[in-house]
This record gives sequence, C-alpha cells and structure tokens, in this order.
Amino acid sequence: MQRRLLRTLFTAAAMAGLALTAQARDLTVVSWGGAYQDAQREVYFKPYMASGNKMAEESWDGGVGTLRAKLQGGNNNWDVVQVESEELLLGCEEGLFEKLDWTKLGGKDKYLSDAVNDCGVGAIVYSFVLSYDGDKIKGDAPKSWSDFWNTQKWPGKRALRKGPKTTLEIALMADGVAPQDVYKTLGTPAGVDRAFAKLDQLKANLIWWEKGSQPPQLLASGEAAMVDAYNGRIAAANDKDKKNFKIVWTNNLYTIDSWVIMKGSPNKADAEKYLVFVNDPNNQKNLPPKIPYGVTTKASTGLIDKNVLPNLATAPENMKSAVYINDKFWLENLDKLNQRFNAWVAK
Amino acid sequence: MTTAAAILDDRGLARGLARSQRRIKLRAIALTLPLLLFLLATFVGPIGALLTKSVIDSDVPRILPRVTAALQNWDGRSLPPEPAWIALADDVRAARAEGNLASAATRLNYDVTGYRSLLFTTGRRLPDKIEGSARDAFLEIDPKWGELETWGALRRAAGPVTDFYLLAALDLRRDASGHIAPEKDDEVVFRSILGRTLWISGMVTLICLLMGYPTAWFLAQQTGRKAAILLFLVLLPFWTSLLVRTVAWVVLLQREGVVNDALLTAGLIVEPLKMIFNRFAVYVAMVHVLLPFMILPLYSVMKSIPPSYLRAAASLGAPPLVAWLRVYVPQTLPGVGAGCLMVFIQALGYYVTPALVGGADDQMISYFVAFYASKTINWGMAAALALILLATTMALYTVYQRLIGLDRMRLG
Repeated sequence: MQRRLLRTLFTAAAMAGLALTAQARDLTVVSWGGAYQDAQREVYFKPYMASGNKMAEESWDGGVGTLRAKLQGGNNNWDVVQVESEELLLGCEEGLFEKLDWTKLGGKDKYLSDAVNDCGVGAIVYSFVLSYDGDKIKGDAPKSWSDFWNTQKWPGKRALRKGPKTTLEIALMADGVAPQDVYKTLGTPAGVDRAFAKLDQLKANLIWWEKGSQPPQLLASGEAAMVDAYNGRIAAANDKDKKNFKIVWTNNLYTIDSWVIMKGSPNKADAEKYLVFVNDPNNQKNLPPKIPYGVTTKASTGLIDKNVLPNLATAPENMKSAVYINDKFWLENLDKLNQRFNAWVAK
Repeated sequence: MTTAAAILDDRGLARGLARSQRRIKLRAIALTLPLLLFLLATFVGPIGALLTKSVIDSDVPRILPRVTAALQNWDGRSLPPEPAWIALADDVRAARAEGNLASAATRLNYDVTGYRSLLFTTGRRLPDKIEGSARDAFLEIDPKWGELETWGALRRAAGPVTDFYLLAALDLRRDASGHIAPEKDDEVVFRSILGRTLWISGMVTLICLLMGYPTAWFLAQQTGRKAAILLFLVLLPFWTSLLVRTVAWVVLLQREGVVNDALLTAGLIVEPLKMIFNRFAVYVAMVHVLLPFMILPLYSVMKSIPPSYLRAAASLGAPPLVAWLRVYVPQTLPGVGAGCLMVFIQALGYYVTPALVGGADDQMISYFVAFYASKTINWGMAAALALILLATTMALYTVYQRLIGLDRMRLG
C-alpha cells in the first residue's frame, strides 16, 4: 500500500517536473549543422553558456515550409534560427519572425548595410567567386568574368551553377554591365535576352554543377579550367587537400545568412541577449579562422587575423566590386527564368 | 419422373460445383489479397494521389474564396465589376490575418511573374476600410490591377480543377480570354525533352539489342560449368548498386580518368577525349545498367530452341546463314520483343544515370519531375510531367502489344 502511494507520488512529481520543463524551456538556437555548427559551437555557444546563460542547440536543412509548419503546428520549440536570405524575406513577409529591436542590437550602423533587415540580423557573408587551378593556369591569369568567357586565351571548359540565379548576373557582368546595374538590366526583357545571348557565346564550353562540393572537384580533375564556386569551398580545398586554387574576387556575388527570432518565442528576452552576444565584434572575429565565412559587424573586420581576412567575402578589398544577390528580384522572377533557362539549356 | 429427378440432381450438381468453385476462387483471392493490398497501399494509392495533384487547384479558392466566387461569371474582356474588387480586398485582408496569403501568391506567381509581390504590397497598403471605389483604391496601389492578365490569372487559378499544369507540361497556356495558345518561343521546353527521352531510350534499346543478341546466343551455346560462370558474369552487375556503377563510369571516363590515361599512354590520342557529361557517357552507362535485361529473356528463349531445328534446315539444303536467319532468328523474336520492351520502358524513367554522367542537354523527363518536386516545390508541374511520362509509356505499350502481342513475348 505504502509502496503504491510512493509510486503514485513519484509519478505525479515526475509529471509536474516534465510540465515545468515544457514551460520553462531553455533558449533553443538552430543552425545549419556540420562543420559550420561545430565552429559556431566553439566560438558562440560554449562561451555564451560559460558566461552563465542556458541554451540548447539544434540543426535544420532550411526551407521556409519547415518554419511555417513549426508555427502553424502550435508547439514551436525553436527561438533563434539561422536562415538564408530567401527564407528571411519570405518569413518576414508572412509574419513568421519577430521584428528586431535594433537599438538593443547596437544600432543599424554597427552592421554592414546588407546585414540589416526588419526581422533578421546578418550572421555570415559568403560569395560566389571565379576560381581556377593556379597549378594549371600560370603567368597571365584571368581577372574578371569577361576573362571567364575568353576561351581563346584560356582554353578549357567552364563550370557554372545550374540555374538562372547567379548565372545570368555573371553573364551580364561579363558583357560589360556595371555591377550596380545588373538587376536593373535583368528586370527588363531586353536585359534577359542580353544575358542569354552572352551565355550563347560560351554554351559549347559550359558544364553545370549543382552541389557546392562539385566545383573544386571539377577543377581538381581538370574537367573545368574555370568555375564559379562558393569561396568557402575553394578555401577548404586549398586548406585540406593542399590545392593551389586561386580566387578572383572581382565582381563576386555575395549573400548573407541571418539570425531571426521566431514569432511568439517565450524566450524573446534571452534570444535578444544571445543576439547581442554573437554580434559582439570580439566574438565574431573568432569565427572566420575556424571556417572562411565573413562576419557582419563593421568593427570585426579590423580584429580578424590578417592571414584569414583576404579569404573572406567581407574583406574591404573583396567587397569593393561585389554584388549583393538580390533575393527580392529572384523571388519574383525565378519561376519564369527557370523555365526560360531550362528551355535554353535544352536547345 | 426420373428425368425430372435427374434434372434436379443435375441442378444440385451444378450448384454444388459452382459452390465449390466459388470456394476455390475465394481462397485464391484470399491468398493474393495481401499482395493486392500491398500494391494498393504502396503503389496505386500514392501514385494516384500524386498524379491528381496535376489537375487539382485548391490554394486560391481556399484562401481567396470571395473573389473566386465573384469572378465566376466574369467574361474576361474588360475589368471585373466593383463587387469583385471589394471581394478581393476582403479576401486579402482575411488571408493576411490568417497568414496564408503566401500559398495563393506562390500559385499565382507560377502563372504571372510579379504576382507574389503584387499581392503582398497590396496587402500591406490596403486600408482597413476603403472609402469610395475599391477599384480606384487598387489601381492606386498598383496599376497592374488594371491589366486583364492579372485578373485572368486569378480566374485561371479558381479551381477546383485546372489544366494549367498539364498544358504547361505540353508547352501550352491559356490567355486571359481562356483560349489555348502556344507558350512563348523562349519558354518552350517540355515537348523537346519528351522527344529526347524517347530518342535516348530508343537508342539504348537498340544498342542493348545489338550487343545483347550475340552475347545471349554465345551463352546459349555453352553448357555445364562454363555456362554457369558466364551467366554469373552477366548477373554480376545486379549485385552492385546502380549508383556505384554509375559513379564508376565518372571515374573511368573523366578527363584525367582511367580510359583517357590509358589511351594517352598508348599513344593513341594526344589530347584527352571528352567522354563524360555528354550523350556518349549517358549511352555507355545506361547500356551497361540495362544490358542484363536484354540478355536474360533472349538467353532463356534461345536455350529452349532445340538444336535439331538447325540441323533439319541444313539437311534440307539450307546454307548455314540462311538456316540461321530463316529458322533460328524468327524463333528468338519473342525474346527480342520482351527484352526490348523491358529495356525501353525502364530507360524512359531513368533519372540518376543521366543526372550523374550526362550534360545539361542530356537530361530526360524524370530529371524535370525531380527538379519541380524537390527544387522548386511545384507539385503541380511535377505531377503533370509524371502523368505525361506515364501516359506516353502506356501508349507505347499498347502500340507494342498490338504490333507484337503480349502472348508472343517470353520474359524468360
């Protein structure tokens, strides 16, 4: 009898405990997993917890549908999520994220202008760059996207990312459109025609990649003489596989992943505290040495290891002629341009 | 009396027979039931459900119900009357409050570029209560609301069923007044991809036949241990994953791959040959994967042809080639028919192999099914293309059956 009573009491206590933890959940931070989250753990999560805060981490694969489902399901257990620029745009429009209080985050001027959004603050900056194998192309090297088209001087295949996004921008810049006019031009039918006409010139020499891991492989196997690639992948190939791949930063196309706070998060105050922590330039400066992504506070640039800085999209030298990938444009135009791109490829 | 009794008995007998046969039939059905249910649950059901997505259009009527209803009797020749505008305003406000405007915007953006931002900007700027004409308020927000195409797209998406995706998969579309018109020249893509799919599958089947027929013939001549070993070699590829076999071709055929290195060292070529990410590689890899499906039915048919037939032909004075062509080959035709059908139909749906070893203009229709299903998350287009592939396969199968006849086929 007494035993049964004890067991009942124990169960009740355990259930109460469960209910308590369900209500007072620790701040949950969600990022991209893999080597990137490993770096974040060292640079952000562990020091944040070491200074007396509680948090849990999870990872996800992206997709605004996942975030929608979290909120519509009614038991959202995520507080701070790292999202790509397209998810930021869609989610903010649909009201999936809390609006950020920029005074708490140190004011908008603290950040690179593209890292500032109503619903999100930039976390990392990375680029699509022109790359080639320095062991194969020596002496006179390509310097721009128009050199990418010059198969007379530098024979060999060219690899671009399959799909219109980034490809059409590159084609226009190779055709002499100024970086700041790229999206204005691409917004007109004549501009789209111009981009495809430029691609026509290179068509016989083009191969396409779909996964970020492919461009370094194509360079290594000699299948392509020049590629457009994520700068981080090229740096990793040089670092880990001892390659001598060169990066041309002229007119690189960059994009930003951002931190957002999920709508209605019960841990909003903690989430803000976390964002203040990760946006401290003294903390941000530690990320690039672990993984070659740029960070978003202006002050961090001066603090980053001088050997690492030239590998980053945020190095002032690399930013000079860079183009910010315009997600607003692509959200609108991707369906039609995908169709046109597929039709063009099939011809 | 006796006859009547006999008839009665007969009836009883017939009934008894029918009853016992019914029992046998029921037992047979009961035995196949698990398989039938399994097929229904894992094959017919899901595929059927997926294919219906190609004609179902429920997002816009669900999210914007009032304006959908208001546009039902609209003629499409001039801008709709005031009630439709008011209905649209109510719908957009309600959808924004519900937070589901995005699904409707996505669907409309498939049809008319810019619809997504049009809906969202309109939602943001729309006052809670419109003073005066709703039409003027909308035109003030964005002049695009004054275009017939904008309203045409809204009506085209009114559901509950649509031919939008199926037409698009055939490079067709409907204009604002509802007539079917060809897609713009620079967006025409799917018909040529269907043609390419059929062409590649046909070529692969032909190459498989040309290579498989002599192989099967040679195999059929062997006996005992030798035959067993050779047959084992034919079956060996089945023991390796399709993906591994395909990726192995990448390693072999690439610019600095095994084949190019060997040819360069042998001095046969001076420049590495381009053998990967093109049609050549697709043919090589697909033939490699599908060849056993040609060899096996051929082998089993050839094995069953008694050698005495050829001897009889020879004894009647036929030279060896004539005997072979007129006596042997016709008897193998059921195997040829079965092998070609198996290879061709499997080739039609190939996705992984062309995706890994082919170039951009070697992709077959299933690549685009995957593209819409997993990249742009446009289930309507994915289902429409899948339906067209399925319909083409069925049509070809019917023609094939008419020409050759299923009863003349031997699958081994």
